[in-house]
Amino acid sequence: MSENTEKIEVALFVTCLVDINRPSVGFAAVKLLEQTGCRVVVPDAQTCCGQPAYNSGDRRSTKQIAGDVISAFKGYRYVIAPSGSCAGMIRKHYPELFADDPDMLLEAQDLANRTYELVSFLKDVRNFETNDVHFDQKVTYHDSCSNLREMKVVEQPRELMKNINGLELIEAEDREACCGFGGTFCIKYSEISEEMVDRKIDHLKATGADVISAGDLGCLMNIAGRLYRRGENMKVLHIAEILAGMGDVPGIGEERR
Amino acid sequence: MQVTSRQFKENSHKALQDEELRAALNRVKQGFTTKRREAADALPEFEQLRDQARDIKNHVLENLDYYLEYFESRVKDQGGHVHWCSTHKDAKDAILKICKDAGAKTVTKGKSMITEELALNKFLEAQGIEPIETDLGEYIIQLADEPPSHIIGPAVHKTREQVTELFHEHHQKYGYTEREEDAEKLVGEARAVLRHKYVTADVGITGANFLVAETGSTVIVTNEGNGDLTQSLPKTHIVVASLEKVIPTLEDVSTVMRVLARSATGQEMSVYTTFSTGPRRKDDIDGPENFHVILLDGGRSEMIGTELQELLRCIRCGACMNHCPVYHAVGGHSYGWVYPGPIGAALNPQMVGLEEALHLPNASSFCGRCEEVCPVRIPLPKILRHWREKAFEQQIAPKPDRWGIELWGFFAKRPGLYRQVTKIAAKMLSLMAGKEGRLKKLPFNNGWTRVRDLPAPQGETFMQQWQKKQKREG
Repeated sequence: MSENTEKIEVALFVTCLVDINRPSVGFAAVKLLEQTGCRVVVPDAQTCCGQPAYNSGDRRSTKQIAGDVISAFKGYRYVIAPSGSCAGMIRKHYPELFADDPDMLLEAQDLANRTYELVSFLKDVRNFETNDVHFDQKVTYHDSCSNLREMKVVEQPRELMKNINGLELIEAEDREACCGFGGTFCIKYSEISEEMVDRKIDHLKATGADVISAGDLGCLMNIAGRLYRRGENMKVLHIAEILAGMGDVPGIGEERR
Repeated sequence: MQVTSRQFKENSHKALQDEELRAALNRVKQGFTTKRREAADALPEFEQLRDQARDIKNHVLENLDYYLEYFESRVKDQGGHVHWCSTHKDAKDAILKICKDAGAKTVTKGKSMITEELALNKFLEAQGIEPIETDLGEYIIQLADEPPSHIIGPAVHKTREQVTELFHEHHQKYGYTEREEDAEKLVGEARAVLRHKYVTADVGITGANFLVAETGSTVIVTNEGNGDLTQSLPKTHIVVASLEKVIPTLEDVSTVMRVLARSATGQEMSVYTTFSTGPRRKDDIDGPENFHVILLDGGRSEMIGTELQELLRCIRCGACMNHCPVYHAVGGHSYGWVYPGPIGAALNPQMVGLEEALHLPNASSFCGRCEEVCPVRIPLPKILRHWREKAFEQQIAPKPDRWGIELWGFFAKRPGLYRQVTKIAAKMLSLMAGKEGRLKKLPFNNGWTRVRDLPAPQGETFMQQWQKKQKREG
């Protein structure tokens, strides 16, 4: 039996922002994974990938947290995160963290090899095609820096969006520019971050799209938060929500219905 | 120069309000990035060349003592002198002695970042020697009495209007009484003023892009030809370079040059590439009578064998700052010392002290674009993170930041407790936001809500909902 028809067990790494702020992204991920014949498990011992500590220079805490993540996801064939940033932390940075600890390095490398960002996993590993999804909207897609540079997830979301009925993808200018999120950066250096997100929003808005999407909730919360502060009117959705046919949920930061 | 990196936030605040600077920085962003992309795309082997350039520089750094001594012996063979200077003070003293021996009243200068490190102009002025910058950008900021804001375009922050005013103020004494507004004519005016200075200067000082070990040559690349006149007309030529500029062979120079201009300005090559090998020979028709190389360490040898060694591969192309969103936002002066942008954020803590430069490695979103374009593949984000780790270890990171991270870390390491806390936080924030779906203010964390609304949590956490679903489905 090919891997496409076989039920395989995948562990979902929910990520802290999705867990707390936008569970619908997690459920969209589960739905998409199930559509490709996966059985989704959500290990209970997971919290966060450790990036806030890592980027703040707290290497000791980062290693402890990384160690916890490694044991929480031990034994699963695939570990999937609906975020390029968190998946990138595991794939690229966990092995670096344990470079001087041969036993842990082996485990970190093993987890890194099994960990994927959601959209690239769907497209590259599961040959996923969006069927029967309608989304009559003009969409522009923001490349998060981690998806763009660390994970090289650039074409997969675009190819999957192309198959959605009614969806028109319009590319923005200066696609490689950061949105200014950067974790604690956007709080510590909010004035610089403001300038960065304003430039990003100007480009996204200039596309004339109705919807902004991306594969990382950090960027999306930053962009949506600034959009609303500026009084702009665009809907902000995670790519998983669109692909799963859940694009009718209220957008990030939008009024509830 | 005076270090103002501690005031990075205040500096950036000012920069962000400066409309003329915004316009100038926008030109950097548009111009340099597009041109580099086009140049890189036009050369199929560009990525391989980057690997080769990296490997050449790594080889040099692994054998630095050998190549430096080799270089010195070749310079001597040509009749030149090499001055080993371990500190900035040593370098300034050596330069001063050469100038005094030459009886110098004026020196012309080509573009050199090392002389910016030395704050050489102020030093020479204090000794009664007049330094004259001959690179147009350097000349402009010398008139404005400002440090450079970019390593290859020192005056990129200046608008044409500002240059008109500067020239009007400083060139009247040469008979230019009208305000010149045409860019090309402004260049002509500067050229005419400078031409006279070249001829009267006693000493010419240049930097070096490469020090070639096998030939004892020093190499500069320029687009204006000012370097040639600076070094060949005066009787004495002083080359000021830091020690990592040494490179084994001419062949290696040609390899690294293929990525240098392409990464910097998108040119295949700069307009002028000038090789200087010792003083003038008997049958040479021109050239300096004395040839000196000031070889500055200035803290660099301490970086060998540490996490910072990779920074010494830098060939000063400026691609990292040309592509940096933080540089685009705040410009070069905000960084508060000689080197701006990602390379400055990575290097300056070593040069001026981590406490002084603490903001620089922190003011980055880790977008990674600098590393992506660095021609010698310096892992800049990794080095910025290294400084953050040093600051955390040495407890010089701001206390509230530390406490925040430690508190968060405490919960992140305890999944059961984390689950409870996130459940409450999600619920509370969701309730506070109500129907509106977002929060305009928070009782804490002004950094987020100062510029953005906070999209509120949907209600229950994913884990809560998932567990309920599991129970329902048995």
